[in-house]
Amino acid sequence: MELDLNLIDWSRAQFAMTAIYHWLFVPLTLGLSLIMAIMETVYYRTGDEFWKRTAKFWMKLFGINFAIGVATGIILEFEFGTNWSNYSWFVGDIFGAPLAIEGILAFFMEATFVAVMFFGWNKVGKKFHLASTWLTGIGAAISAWWILVANSWMQYPVGMEFNPETVRNEMTDFFAVAFSPVAVTKFFHAVISSWIVGSVFAIAVASWYLLRKGESHKKFALSSIKVASVVGLAASLITLFTGDKSAYHVAQYQPMKLAAIEGLYEGGESVGLVGMGILNPDKQWYDDGEEEFLVDFKIPYGLSYLATRDANGYVPGVKELIEGGYTLADGGMALSVDEKMARGKAAVEAMGAYRETSKALKTASDSIEVALLKNDLAIYDEVIDENMEYFGYGYIGDPKELLPNVPLNFYAFRVMVILGAYFILFFIVSSVLSFKGRYRQKWLQWIAIISLPLVYLCSQAGWIVAEAGRQPWAIQDLMPVGAAVSNLPASSVQVTFFLFLALFTILLVAEIGIMLKAIKKGPDLEQDR
Amino acid sequence: MIMDTYVFLQHYWWAVVSLLGAILVFLLFVQGGNSLLFCVGKDDIRKQLVINSTGRKWEFTFTTLVTFGGAFFASFPLFYSTSFGGAYWLWMIILFTFVLQAVSYEFQSKLGNLLGKRTYRMFLVINGIVGPVLLGGAVATFFTGSNFIVDKGNLTELSMPVISGWANASHGLDALLNVWNVVFGVAVFFLARILGALYFINNIDSPEIAASSRRVLKIETPLFLVFFLAFFIRILTGEGFAVSDDGTVFMEQYKYWHNFLEMPVVTVVFLLGVLLLLAGIVVDGYLGKNRFSGKGIFFSGFGTVLVVFGLLLCAGYNGTAYYPSTADLQSSLTIANSCSSEFTLKTMAYVSILVPFVIAYIVYAWKSINSKKLSAKELEEEDEKY
Repeated sequence: MELDLNLIDWSRAQFAMTAIYHWLFVPLTLGLSLIMAIMETVYYRTGDEFWKRTAKFWMKLFGINFAIGVATGIILEFEFGTNWSNYSWFVGDIFGAPLAIEGILAFFMEATFVAVMFFGWNKVGKKFHLASTWLTGIGAAISAWWILVANSWMQYPVGMEFNPETVRNEMTDFFAVAFSPVAVTKFFHAVISSWIVGSVFAIAVASWYLLRKGESHKKFALSSIKVASVVGLAASLITLFTGDKSAYHVAQYQPMKLAAIEGLYEGGESVGLVGMGILNPDKQWYDDGEEEFLVDFKIPYGLSYLATRDANGYVPGVKELIEGGYTLADGGMALSVDEKMARGKAAVEAMGAYRETSKALKTASDSIEVALLKNDLAIYDEVIDENMEYFGYGYIGDPKELLPNVPLNFYAFRVMVILGAYFILFFIVSSVLSFKGRYRQKWLQWIAIISLPLVYLCSQAGWIVAEAGRQPWAIQDLMPVGAAVSNLPASSVQVTFFLFLALFTILLVAEIGIMLKAIKKGPDLEQDR
Repeated sequence: MIMDTYVFLQHYWWAVVSLLGAILVFLLFVQGGNSLLFCVGKDDIRKQLVINSTGRKWEFTFTTLVTFGGAFFASFPLFYSTSFGGAYWLWMIILFTFVLQAVSYEFQSKLGNLLGKRTYRMFLVINGIVGPVLLGGAVATFFTGSNFIVDKGNLTELSMPVISGWANASHGLDALLNVWNVVFGVAVFFLARILGALYFINNIDSPEIAASSRRVLKIETPLFLVFFLAFFIRILTGEGFAVSDDGTVFMEQYKYWHNFLEMPVVTVVFLLGVLLLLAGIVVDGYLGKNRFSGKGIFFSGFGTVLVVFGLLLCAGYNGTAYYPSTADLQSSLTIANSCSSEFTLKTMAYVSILVPFVIAYIVYAWKSINSKKLSAKELEEEDEKY
């Protein structure tokens, strides 16, 4: 019996679709939670009712968004079981822990204090209410921490060892998993970049009030723009730093992802970073003789510096990663993919032999036979240990499977970086003009509104690079997606894919409709007019 | 006899997961309450009261469901991979209805909601019916078995490396073909409605809703008892899935009856739960005004937690396969063969120490905003409402 290839694609499609929908709502939750908490803090410190009304308005929009974020999130957690059941067994010993901790530490905090935040205005003291608003945001951030720990572990698996008896990987170092450098960077990158989404959202909505409602909403709009601009500017600058750190980690731990992001079929020293370019669609593999780009603009030495922190550093391309033979950063020699596949297969076969021998040992009674079987077990264990690093390569049939989708990664990365740079400029302008009282120009307000879809595009592009760039791996080097799926009929996954696509699309349209009505209705500003 | 640390941790985590499952069943009062929307909410104000009443608790049910899933994943990953990946349709339908529920509160009364108020309210009712029935049906399979095969050796099959698979094409819907699963699902459904009615009596300041809720208690308690006792008697008198010391699974007549006899603490927990559950119903449903009036939900809620906790302990402790396979008896899952490593269980045990702290802040926060009953007047005055 063989797995249906369609099943793998549909399982990936379903996870990607549900993750993309979920990530439409999460960044706004994270971003708005900070902005409204700052506003309520100002209210708490000054006692000015204006800030209470302003905070309450953003909370209303937060609430609409929060509900659908929660709804789309539940599917993702359970999909690890429903659609990636082999994965769930093979690494569940490590991967399940962050999900459980997320539930215990973060979800209950969010669920409890979001209720106090919404329903407690007239029931609890100002201090407790303010604490609840902050704790709602902190709960969301803690939740992000643990789910990003889980995701980072898929990109950079650490803190575990393979147990041939149980046929799975088992955790050996919790702190290595929870605080891996990739997890720390990913958390700050994902969460702080979400503040950018929240800030652009607030500025766009406030700009709409300036355009449509004029004087009556001026104070509210400009105050919101000031808060959001400061948060956004700080966030975009930190995101630049964490993004650079993320790219460095990709170069160290996922070099094939970096090659795909850069369209780097052939590497070398002093490699330039492609600022912008158009990929040659005929280029499919490193030795097909086609040019990599139709047009490209490179920043000299840029990629070498980004990947090695040395302008002349060596960066392997697809060719070197497949053929091996170059010197690694630790001084060792890179293996070819053929060698890795052979070692992966050796690990898989040794695992099978270990199981058979282990079974035989349970029924053996003769002491010599027992001794021989134990000796065999030790040998298989050693073979597994020696080759475990390349275990996942055992399931790879063709080296070409190891190259992620180059155009998708290349263009998504550039969309993210170019828009990221644009938002730094955007926040500088909005900060300066709003604090100088010159945020008046209509074109500027229109730009803010147009920037709203762009910030979502930027945020989604980041995740596309992170996840599509990891392919074909479910867990880097350890388990390809083909070995991670559940054994289901592809048609079942197709049906649920379209069911959830239809449901989430309807709910998204409804959410946007409700949001627009709420924005149109606006904040309760009677007393400020 | 001193229990080995690893064995202790397996038992500890089965107790934690069982407790979470038990709390989840209690919190299904949100679903049960929603299924009563059109029974006790005769006019729009009453419907709004019902929705706002359960609407201030739904996130706890939802969060407990997610945490239950996460804790099961972390402590018994083989269950997570076998059940969720195998009984695909059963779980997907449950999740689908919970997604519908999660947005319906926030969206139902908002302008521009695309589908209209009635549709979202119907979503709440659908989740209120389908959620408890299917979750109950899924829990019943812990006693009746499911149709799956686990073979870890498959991981060496490069073209088909999936270790667990469903042995029929229905992928979980077959659970509903077993009449006993349906019987237990219906029992959980009535239990959720009873708890929902008790919750309304406690939480809503409306004599009409209280009267309708009492009617529900009077009519549906006997129905719940019939279905629950039928299932309970069936499992006590039928064969159960026992595990020998070497891990071999075999069928044992009266296994669950034996479990209750051999684990008196579990039996006491279970029976105390039954008493409290019934006491809560009697206090608010059958007696006139008394000193415990309106407190029935606390008795019955705590009773429900104890009953389900006892049942789940009975399913997993004392050498019992908690997720039995009817397709291949030796594929059945036990707390020993499906759990995480000792290191992970121990690490997670440290994390679980924080649970009382979490419960404490939940109780404190809720006491702060839930000191008086929800009334039509409050809904009129509050801007934050569903």
